[in-house]
Amino acid sequence: MSAIPHPPFEPKNKFVKWVDSRLPIFGLVYATLTIPTPKNLNWMWIWGIVLAAFLVVQLATGIVLVMHYTPHADMAFASVEHIMRDVNGGWLLRYAHANGASMFFIAVYAHIFRGLYYGSYKNPREITWIVGILIYVCMMAAAFMGYVLPWGQMSFWGATVITNLFSAIPFVGDDIVKFLWGGFAVDNPTLNRFFSLHYLVPFVIAALVAVHIWAFHSTGNNNPAGVPVRTKDFETVQKDTVPFWPYYVIKDLFALALFLIFFVVMVFFMPNFLGHPDNFIEANPLSTPSHIVPEWYFLPFYAILRAFTGDVWLVQFVSFVTGGLVDAKLFGVIAMFGAIIAMALAPWLDTSKVISGRYRPQFKWWFWLLVIDFFVLMWVGAMPAEEPYATISLVASAYWFGYFFVILPMLGFTEKPKEVPETVEAAFDEMIAAKYAKKAKAAGAAATPAE
Amino acid sequence: MKSMTLKSALAAVATVAALAISAPAHAAGTAHTEDISFSFEGPFGKFDKAQLQRGWQVFREVCSTCHGMRYVSARELTWDNGPGFEEEQVKAFLADSGWEVADEEGEPGDTRPMKLSDKFPANTSAGAPDLSLMAKSRAGFHGPYGSGINQLLRGIGGPEYIFSILTGYHEPPACAPEDASGYYNAAFAAGGIPDGCKDEHGHVSVSGSWIGMPPPLSDDAVEYQDGTPATVEQMAEDVAAFLTWAAEPHMMDRKAAGARNVAFLVILSVLLYLTNKALWANVKKKKKA
Repeated sequence: MSAIPHPPFEPKNKFVKWVDSRLPIFGLVYATLTIPTPKNLNWMWIWGIVLAAFLVVQLATGIVLVMHYTPHADMAFASVEHIMRDVNGGWLLRYAHANGASMFFIAVYAHIFRGLYYGSYKNPREITWIVGILIYVCMMAAAFMGYVLPWGQMSFWGATVITNLFSAIPFVGDDIVKFLWGGFAVDNPTLNRFFSLHYLVPFVIAALVAVHIWAFHSTGNNNPAGVPVRTKDFETVQKDTVPFWPYYVIKDLFALALFLIFFVVMVFFMPNFLGHPDNFIEANPLSTPSHIVPEWYFLPFYAILRAFTGDVWLVQFVSFVTGGLVDAKLFGVIAMFGAIIAMALAPWLDTSKVISGRYRPQFKWWFWLLVIDFFVLMWVGAMPAEEPYATISLVASAYWFGYFFVILPMLGFTEKPKEVPETVEAAFDEMIAAKYAKKAKAAGAAATPAE
Repeated sequence: MKSMTLKSALAAVATVAALAISAPAHAAGTAHTEDISFSFEGPFGKFDKAQLQRGWQVFREVCSTCHGMRYVSARELTWDNGPGFEEEQVKAFLADSGWEVADEEGEPGDTRPMKLSDKFPANTSAGAPDLSLMAKSRAGFHGPYGSGINQLLRGIGGPEYIFSILTGYHEPPACAPEDASGYYNAAFAAGGIPDGCKDEHGHVSVSGSWIGMPPPLSDDAVEYQDGTPATVEQMAEDVAAFLTWAAEPHMMDRKAAGARNVAFLVILSVLLYLTNKALWANVKKKKKA
């Protein structure tokens, strides 16, 4: 397919001309801002801007926090308290950074589930989707290592539990764990390397974000109707699209402002609601907290990790077949990573020709069940590993895999999709007509329609 | 009198019943946290200066015997959005206390009297935890069922937890042996529980557990400057408020800044909403039939 025809870039300014003939940077900005964007995008298409904004928030606050933080096992906790008490505005930097991470994940989950519902992962946007999943994995790495830096009890024991997962790898697991720790336990070398990587990963994310945007600017945005923008010529394109600036920039900024209200309420009025009180106790290798719970955004996958215990017949079977090589611990680790890989494979697991879930009557039910499943997993991930939570997490984990590996492939054959609009323009006009019909109805039965 | 006894007996039965129902099977012990209405709660809550000053007095005269407060510096006591003492008053406290800190300029091991700019000494003599962050490192409220709703509605409950511990010393239940180590505290969940107070499944029949700290407060343990009667409840509430300030000395600045931020963003949102509506009006106008 060819790229969507753009309005041509014809600079008048001499300086702009001079630069652009050597490095087409102005042309790039122009093309990015004027990119024809489907005019039927709904409010679920705002999360990209929110995510970009929070990447900037996290980088800006993080870079300043580093100026006051001491990455040493004996001094890290005290240096964070120094930031909270003595550094001017330090409490704001720290709370904005900690809650900013949560906002980042709220936005990314909304973004991912939007993609899953509207089929944004499907042909031709597979690479956009895969890069997106890579960004998500990097975000998890950054968030996990960042949480270790204050060197509180949850930092330390969370790091211990998660790094220990790698010991499940057959033969080399123990050596890998020692390599990660830089010693024989989570200690100062671990803190130092996590600090270094925590600073590196966000820049990797920024680069991946550029690739992500590049990819979908090449294919064009998906849209709620899932039909491609017509690319015959620029006239036709204009029937299906509006330029990104100003239409979507202003719309996204409005949505961002609303989301920022939520963010500042969290930061200024309940900054510790999403955190854990145990992390206000300095790390103590000799005292294990009674419940080691990861941050909320890891809970669904933490639940999948813990769901596959040695009591599960599937785990016993796999263990038997592999001669004990894959034990319950390794099975859990594979399941956890597998749950994310399942998402990455969605473009090839989904067999339906129809892109948008809006026109897929059966799919809708299974999708919303997946959303509920996600929250159930999040809930059981925070509960102790015992009944009834063990069974619930097993069932919920099974559904997660069932959705991607059984339901998505099957639906393409069993489902009879509804009629899909021919063009973006048709979908948009239908939406506008429905809006006016609703308005007219609301105006009262007495008033006769204008036409 | 009689009806009061009956009432409290009924309340006790109700509490035990409620705990028996709500107690998750895994818990080693359960504990009750009293919900107190502090002045600093809510989006516009402010510290009560007089209460913080009383709480400081309790900390200085009682708690600091065994507990340190190593992340808080003496000068913070002069902050207007905190206890707001005069500098001279704080200097007098320090001179009076005999607190010493490491002397960086002297020989290793040398100490000198504490100054305004110094942090309070870490006190590990009795193995007691540091109190700088106590109000943030404990949760008073949980659940229900891991949902976090109670913390959303009532706060995380750190100060309430401190109050409840300080007022939670009761007669040990009959199931405990005479020589149980520690002190029975109905609000302390993390301590040991004698085997006699567990049934054959390990379920615990009592609220709270046994704590190492002897009851620190008794009526009139301090004599308040402002004449407030120094009951155990009063002192517990005052020191809980003081420790909340100690854990979060910028809380009032934070909330004030929050109000400004929300106001700014609400105005910005309205302007962006109107801009967006005007911008799209042309695109969304009704097509001629």
